[in-house]
Amino acid sequence: MIAPLDDRQALQLRRLLEAGLPLAARPYARLAEQLGATEDAVLEQVRQWSDDGLFRRMGLVLKHRALGFRANAMLVLDVPDDRVDAVGQQLGQAPGVNLCYQRPRRLPQWRYNLFCMIHGRERADVVERIERLLAEHGLDGLPHQLLFSTRAFKQCGGRYAPPQPQEPQEPQQVIAHG
Amino acid sequence: MELDSLSRRLIDRFQHGMPLCAEPYRAMAEALGCEEAEVLAGLQRLDRAGCLSRVGPVFEHSRAGASTLVALAVPPARLEAVAACVNGYPEVNHNYLREHHYNLWFVLTGPDRAHLDRILTQIEAETGLAPLDLPMRSAYRIDLGFPLEVAS
Repeated sequence: MIAPLDDRQALQLRRLLEAGLPLAARPYARLAEQLGATEDAVLEQVRQWSDDGLFRRMGLVLKHRALGFRANAMLVLDVPDDRVDAVGQQLGQAPGVNLCYQRPRRLPQWRYNLFCMIHGRERADVVERIERLLAEHGLDGLPHQLLFSTRAFKQCGGRYAPPQPQEPQEPQQVIAHG
Repeated sequence: MELDSLSRRLIDRFQHGMPLCAEPYRAMAEALGCEEAEVLAGLQRLDRAGCLSRVGPVFEHSRAGASTLVALAVPPARLEAVAACVNGYPEVNHNYLREHHYNLWFVLTGPDRAHLDRILTQIEAETGLAPLDLPMRSAYRIDLGFPLEVAS
């Protein structure tokens, strides 16, 4: 029987996981040392979270700009409310669309309710792919805009766990990420 | 960065999933037919080259807490200062400059919606700029992976 983590340790473990696993053999044992827990208890907790669907995925999280994906466009469309689910599903299934979300309009400042991310190496190529995509789906008549990103000020994972001011802000790790 | 063959294989094989076990890097090495030390060295090379954000879980926002996409229309002369102010919040990630009147776009995450509301109020007070708050209503596709054949 493994003694489970207490609430404080579980919260601290979430903060550590949000910063990434140590790049060292037995990474969960390294995290366990920082929590004052056993490797088994940490693994058990992480498996539980994984089974509960807390993670979208687990793996290498890459920085697309450094990998050569420098032309990153956010395509925003103003889709009539009664069509937005259907259009979202269409575009969401199209090859090359990485993310496709519905978000609220904020009138009068912001009229667009469907957001797609499309990444590529060359801007001209991304523009052409998007024009083709819209034409293929008969959506080129909808009001839309392309917002290319020109600079990344910050690119890291989400920090969902509440802050713990009494804990050090940056956990000690073999390799610092973020 | 020119990717070496091992880095490329690590990315292709493990960006969408990796083993959840006591020795994940050893299990990844076994899957690729190499040594654990080579996997660790490959990941460290990617990390040093700035290609790797981290290794580990990507949290599901609907389960892990609250998140929203925020946009600010920042006068160009104030861009550096406002971006630095926004970056100062640990709740902010993926802060990008985009070509638009609304030129600063970032994701805000926190334990619950009330927390995000407080941060939005603080950002507005600090910058004097009214944020567009655009929380997700429906996700039709979530795929943060990048096929390397497009990159190479």
